[in-house]
Amino acid sequence: MNPNRRPDRRFWQVLAALSGLLLLWAVVTCLLLLSTLDASERDTVLSLLGGRMPLALMTLLFVLMLAAAGLNQLYRRYIVAPARLVDEARIVLGTDAERALTPQGDVENRALADVIAGFVEQRARLRADIAEQVRAASRNVEQERSRLAALMSELTQSVVVCNLDGRILLYNNRARLQFRALSDAPRLADGAELIGLGRSIYTVFDRKLVAHALENIGQRMQRGVASPSAQFVTTTRAGQLLRAQMTPVRSGDDGDSAISGFVLMLDNITRDFEEDSERDRLLLGLTEGSRASLANMQAAIDMLDYPDLEPAMRERFHGVIRDEVGAMSRRIRDLADEATRGLKARWPLEDMLGADLLSAATRRIEAVKGPRVQPDDIDATLWLKVDSFSLLQALAYLAERLADEYDIRVVMLRLVAAPQDNRAHLDLIWQGQTMSTETVMSWQMDAMTAGGERSPLSVRDVVERHGGEFWLERERVRHRAFFRFLLPLASEREQLDVATFVPQGSRPEYYDFDLFRATESSRELADRPLTELAYTVFDTETTGLNPGEGDEIIQIGAARVVNGKLLRQESFEQLVDPQRGIPAASIPIHGITPDMVAGQPTIDRVLPAFHTFAQDTVLVAHNAAFDMRFLQLKEARTGVRFEQPVLDTLLLSALVHPNQASHRLEAIAERFNITVIGRHTALGDAIVTAEVFLKLIPLLAEKGIHTLGQAMEAAQETYYARIKY
Amino acid sequence: MSSKILIADDEPNILVSLEFLMKREGFDVSVARDGVEALAAIREQQPELVLLDVMMPGKSGFEVCQEVRADDALRGVRILMLTAKGRDTDVAKGLALGADAYMTKPFSTRELVQKVREMLG
Repeated sequence: MNPNRRPDRRFWQVLAALSGLLLLWAVVTCLLLLSTLDASERDTVLSLLGGRMPLALMTLLFVLMLAAAGLNQLYRRYIVAPARLVDEARIVLGTDAERALTPQGDVENRALADVIAGFVEQRARLRADIAEQVRAASRNVEQERSRLAALMSELTQSVVVCNLDGRILLYNNRARLQFRALSDAPRLADGAELIGLGRSIYTVFDRKLVAHALENIGQRMQRGVASPSAQFVTTTRAGQLLRAQMTPVRSGDDGDSAISGFVLMLDNITRDFEEDSERDRLLLGLTEGSRASLANMQAAIDMLDYPDLEPAMRERFHGVIRDEVGAMSRRIRDLADEATRGLKARWPLEDMLGADLLSAATRRIEAVKGPRVQPDDIDATLWLKVDSFSLLQALAYLAERLADEYDIRVVMLRLVAAPQDNRAHLDLIWQGQTMSTETVMSWQMDAMTAGGERSPLSVRDVVERHGGEFWLERERVRHRAFFRFLLPLASEREQLDVATFVPQGSRPEYYDFDLFRATESSRELADRPLTELAYTVFDTETTGLNPGEGDEIIQIGAARVVNGKLLRQESFEQLVDPQRGIPAASIPIHGITPDMVAGQPTIDRVLPAFHTFAQDTVLVAHNAAFDMRFLQLKEARTGVRFEQPVLDTLLLSALVHPNQASHRLEAIAERFNITVIGRHTALGDAIVTAEVFLKLIPLLAEKGIHTLGQAMEAAQETYYARIKY
Repeated sequence: MSSKILIADDEPNILVSLEFLMKREGFDVSVARDGVEALAAIREQQPELVLLDVMMPGKSGFEVCQEVRADDALRGVRILMLTAKGRDTDVAKGLALGADAYMTKPFSTRELVQKVREMLG
């Protein structure tokens, strides 16, 4: 409403009513007066007044004008002034502006204006307060984050934090270096195909191994252990031996809230273990070899004590002694050549309550469709020192073989202390048929399989990890037989942890990353929002435009987009030897000369590394059909297939801006005001494409395209989709 | 009549001494140089006592021991295991598999003779 407007309809209505009323009064008064007069008097009055009627009308008009003037005053005071106040108040309400209200109208109206002004001022103060609080809080968060980041980067141990789906949401530099050493293609992908935000830790660790460790932690938490953690050792694909210490991340502050993720502290113990094994071997050679030699010498010397020995026999015993002394000397010399460096190491074992192990074994055996498990004699107080993962595998494997090959339907588990100090017997017992010694031997030596899973280990390996023994015993009387594992007992009892339990209310919260809340959506990939997917945005440089006619890839570059952020540090860039010439005409476009690709890996090696880098992500490229064509033509030769969904920024741009003439990458980048650096290297183009893609996502949302499925479908329908490359 | 003893060991350097010793102690001695040979000799000769080395080619002492114990016809055979493996787990396994006694190398021949006499007596 305009405060300076002309009087509105209500004003005219009131004025009209007033005029009507006056007219009515005049007419009624005249009629009443006339009705009291007789006919002659009426004529006299009418003749007297007849010519003076305009005078009466004029006074009437004058009165009406006075009334209108008065009405106008009232209207301004009681209608216009509040209306203006309303307008001003609305403006203040609708904007953040802190402006004074013009005082006007009568006293009440002015008072109302003052009150509103008070509210406005109060609002401004509150706003400033909140803003200050938010600033302070985010300063704190920022500080804590950078403190955490500094702390993490200084750690000499590698740390990886994952959510329950195994997605990495935090890692430090050390971890990155370590993963680089684990990479199958360290020179190609630099370990970035293994570690990165949002990547799955299961590309490095067996999912079941991690699940098993989490389960152990869960059991410990149920028992009320203050800081439950689990440890496991695993070999990676690249043959490295990693020790991982797992600690749960709990969502709440109270001790027994649910696990929302886990922290892994990783140690590459390959070299330690190799050294230790070597040391072990030397030591064993020395002790056992020496024992035998000493025994031989001792026996021979004892024989020499007989006084009536024939000379020939005496010479034979002398020969034995000379021989063995020589052998011992050689052995010691060999050993001295290799430095002896401390004591031998064992496979790292963890303390576990025997009863926990058996209940896990029961579940495990029954889960692989092995025989039913019944408890036999179980000493619930025993704490074992075990590598529970491999030991459970061994039990499940043996039980399954018993079921498969001897039709054993029920087995029993027994755990008792062994007569030897610090050892326990873990027995897998069954009733009925038993087997030959050869069979037991081959079961021990075969690589284990259980529930269709193959393990590289044999039962013998598992037993050796524990420094234990394994054999088959028969209880003839009871018509039973059992496999016996002789296992070490834990020396320090873990129960101590329970005693030192303290409520963890004061646990500092360093971070609150979105990925903690993200759970692997059970929805189909196609139904997931574009904003929460992980993408590999890539580009290739090629010798030409016709892959079908022998053109080849000479460079692949890719960047990752996770949770709406471009991760520049997790990129992939590799030149490829095309094993053919590079046309001189194309060199100005990509700037790659034949001597740049000489000595680079061929596509057979680069494509698998890129495939690993891109796994679990959606592929994005500009004019994707072109790049995909090159990748697909290599499928047969390299054996890798890119089966994930593909998005094309060219098609998406055409979808968002259907009226633009050009959808070349440069043109789109210019429209979005994206600074282009290093274009026409594969990685440079991939990064520009990624930035374009990130700008396209909100524009697509405006068009009602939110999910991957919708984006792919809409892209299909655009005109460009019909062009065949 | 003297007791029959079989010595099974793959090392000639100990065989020569043990054979000499046991013969001198008046036993009827035969020797075997690996596990398979040892098992065949036990079946054929049914010795009263076997000095059985654990680490032998062909079949280990553990296997020989287990097979002897699995055979009811060989119930009378006593087994004394000899080994250079000193770990207590090996001792436990040997005894569990049916060895009557266990000696760790090196041992004094006097103790060995004494043990053998105890076992036969």
